[in-house]
Amino acid sequence: MGTRKVLWGFANKFFTVGAVGLCISDRFVSVAPVRGSSMAPTLNPGKTKLLGMSTDDYVLLEKTCLNDYKFSHGDIVVFSSPSNHKERHIKRITALPGDWIGIRKSYDMLKVPEGHCWVEGDNSSSSMDSRSFGTIPLGLVQGRVTHIVWPPQRIGAIQRNTLQDN
Amino acid sequence: MRLLSHLKQWRAVATEAKHVSFAVAKFIGLIHLTESYLCSSTLLHGPSMLPTFNSSGDVVLAEHLSHRLGKVVPGDVVLVRSPDDPKKMVAKRVLGLEGDQVTFFDPNRIRKHNTTVVPKGHVWIQGDNTYASFDSRSYGPVPYGLIQGRVFFRVWPPDGFGSVDD
Repeated sequence: MGTRKVLWGFANKFFTVGAVGLCISDRFVSVAPVRGSSMAPTLNPGKTKLLGMSTDDYVLLEKTCLNDYKFSHGDIVVFSSPSNHKERHIKRITALPGDWIGIRKSYDMLKVPEGHCWVEGDNSSSSMDSRSFGTIPLGLVQGRVTHIVWPPQRIGAIQRNTLQDN
Repeated sequence: MRLLSHLKQWRAVATEAKHVSFAVAKFIGLIHLTESYLCSSTLLHGPSMLPTFNSSGDVVLAEHLSHRLGKVVPGDVVLVRSPDDPKKMVAKRVLGLEGDQVTFFDPNRIRKHNTTVVPKGHVWIQGDNTYASFDSRSYGPVPYGLIQGRVFFRVWPPDGFGSVDD
């Protein structure tokens, strides 16, 4: 009987911690790894070494911005890919509803429609972003990146400037 | 001696507070778990889903499992984060998944019958009321990632109580 009680108590605690953790990670903050070099040099500059091995950056995602979907230019956001909902991408918002954006390929101007945004990677040479799939609905955004939390030598807030490369 | 009894009292209070806050956190976590992963209730209003739902306001239950598992099929009524305003949710019927060919009727266009193919990772959503619905016919297919739930049961009004069929 004693073992059963202990087991039950453990399961109960485990479940509670899981539920509360899930609540926090869905509503307030969570941590996500960054894969690929599309946001270099801001994230994953490619020369971070931890114990001799190169590692990816881990970032802190703030979710409270999803209550009112207010973003500003230069925010780095995580959103689910418009072409595959299971993938998540991390990019910088460069234009918000009502802004005009120039497309370099065709020299056209495009107005960002209501409720959409234009996202670009900082590393424009290797980034799959709005230049290939167009504007994305703000509803796909899942959080805003505020800090780098891992590896230890890169811990700190990220810069919020918009990179102008032209 | 008095100090010791005070200490004892404080310790009892602290234990009590710990227990209460633990229970509250558990409760909130459970609510969050149920609401965002199992099922939640929503109030629908507006004429776009007539005659399936009344325009005056129906209370329905939506489940959040099938869209996470990718089990949304054409004919399902889904809750979608509006592509125009991420703070708004709309209820529409899925008419086509990625790769499907959709033929639709739009009274506001010059060519009233059109056919398109739904691109990868998107769904085609339309209201049941062809004449008063703002849907994929005007803003095009929406990314799958905007789907937030599948409406499966109607609670209010009482004469419509029951499951929502395709």
